[in-house]
Amino acid sequence: MISSAHSTTVDQPPVIEARGVTVAYANGHVALRDASFSLGGGTICGLVGINGSGKSTLFKAIMGFVVPAAGSVLIDGAPVAKAHRRAKVAYVPQSEDVDWSFPVSVWDVALMGRYGSMGFLRIARAEDKRLAMQALEQVGVADLRNRQIGELSGGQRKRVFLARALAQGARIILLDEPFTGVDVRTEAAIIALLERLRSDGCTVLVSTHNLGSVPRFCDRVVIINRTVLAAGPTATTFTRDNLAMAFGGALRRLRVDHTDIPGASCNELTVLTDDENALIMGDDGLPAANEPLQGEGDGAGRGVRR
Amino acid sequence: MIEVLLQPLQSEFMLKAIGVSVLIGLTCAALSCFVTLKGWSLMGDALSHAVVPGVSIAYAVKTPFALGAFASGMIAAGVMGFVKERTRLREDAVIGIVFTTFFALGLLLISLFPASINLKTIVFGNILGIADADVAQVVAISVVTLGTLAVLWKDLALFLFDPSHARAVGLKTRFLHGVLLTLLAATAVASLQAVGACLVVAMLVTPGATAYLLTDRFGVMMVIAMMIGVLTAAVGGYASYFVNGSTGGCIVVLQTLLFLITLAVAPKHGVLAARRRRSAVQRAGADAPDSVPREGV
Repeated sequence: MISSAHSTTVDQPPVIEARGVTVAYANGHVALRDASFSLGGGTICGLVGINGSGKSTLFKAIMGFVVPAAGSVLIDGAPVAKAHRRAKVAYVPQSEDVDWSFPVSVWDVALMGRYGSMGFLRIARAEDKRLAMQALEQVGVADLRNRQIGELSGGQRKRVFLARALAQGARIILLDEPFTGVDVRTEAAIIALLERLRSDGCTVLVSTHNLGSVPRFCDRVVIINRTVLAAGPTATTFTRDNLAMAFGGALRRLRVDHTDIPGASCNELTVLTDDENALIMGDDGLPAANEPLQGEGDGAGRGVRR
Repeated sequence: MIEVLLQPLQSEFMLKAIGVSVLIGLTCAALSCFVTLKGWSLMGDALSHAVVPGVSIAYAVKTPFALGAFASGMIAAGVMGFVKERTRLREDAVIGIVFTTFFALGLLLISLFPASINLKTIVFGNILGIADADVAQVVAISVVTLGTLAVLWKDLALFLFDPSHARAVGLKTRFLHGVLLTLLAATAVASLQAVGACLVVAMLVTPGATAYLLTDRFGVMMVIAMMIGVLTAAVGGYASYFVNGSTGGCIVVLQTLLFLITLAVAPKHGVLAARRRRSAVQRAGADAPDSVPREGV
């Protein structure tokens, strides 16, 4: 990562701040209501919620694609439009949102990261090419640079878009579901890269419904369901109660009872997943009893805790 | 023999017709790359029909037809955007309703106020009878469109590919969307004279679609499409003299022929190439010791 000059004054505003953001679409659907959180530099924050909880709407508000009906999103204390004019935010799209048959090569995509610094005809200078190449090497796809993007594997595709974000040199990076359709090795490589960005002082916001990986690499979480239910350090915020609010009926309580010892207590676990019917087996190959979590799940989305 | 072949090039109106066709062919082809990748084929068809009421009004009040047509096209685009955002209807339904309404309105106006404009000219085009004032309008539209694309093609391509990233690096996506829509309407207006409302969409899709099958790079795709546009317009215009048929028809038939040939033999994305790849896999499968019987034999 190429760290550009980065001023560190004591009283700087949060890097990303959402203040009471409410987003209503033209058809009247309110996707997000009164959502607030703030993030500083040098953090990896997981944006956690079920499908349809407003994760992508929040991203759209940060990218300036939707204008909040109430509230505002600030980047470094200024409106988002200003941040985008200076290419401060890099965005790594969800794989489903990319047209993989579009006639562009890996090299073209990496160069796109540099458009903000090029002249209005977007002609790459030597410096742009150097940074694009460096970014491709950093994620390990430099040798694939002449391939059309659709000819890559899922993991390679993700790496190419990460390279574009690196080439952009942004201090703020948004990743939309980066681990879907990605092999374990790539997932580890992505996480290592994000951790390096964090130690460089970047702000990384990762939307995911893959709860299992969140505690592994996110130092902060924002849990949402149509609003921000909880936001803060992973250790204190990524709790069963908060997740029960966000995930509601999708949570499962699991009884693992395959012991042959009479009188031994059976083991109960809570499995947090938005997959309605995860199959969980014991060592003996028998499925575990798997029933919806009672109680907390019913109140999902109603109580707002911060 | 040579004399016969040179005959069309000696008549001034044929030269003018071929020249205008080539310019329109070039402009449409350049834009067709964006239309095919944006998925705006239906939109192109819609705009080319939606300009008709504007043309008839412009002729009735004696203003340049391009102005009326362009205004009418942009209003139609605005109505489509408005309806789509506020209803649960899918985009194709909205486009279908709006453009047929505009086209019907145009037909009605022309039949109610029979002016100097001929319905047949609007619907099927009449490049051979094009007036000098109309040539000037077509040239102006083409020059502006090609000039805009020359400056903005990279920005527009990025906007089509990934609008989020376009915004993230400081591109004005709403402006680019507007530019593309405006160019599409303007080009639909310019092509009206050459091929008529019905065939405009062919000029706005086929060259780009053909080029898309031949390359994996956007810049190359634009060059191929523009070559196809120029070539088919020149040859089609020239051939129409001998077959004594519709110029627009000749051009579009030629474009379709090129498309069909490409569809069959394109080295990577053609039908034959796909079949070759498939049978190579099947052969490899048949040679393998535990091969599964092929289906459908």
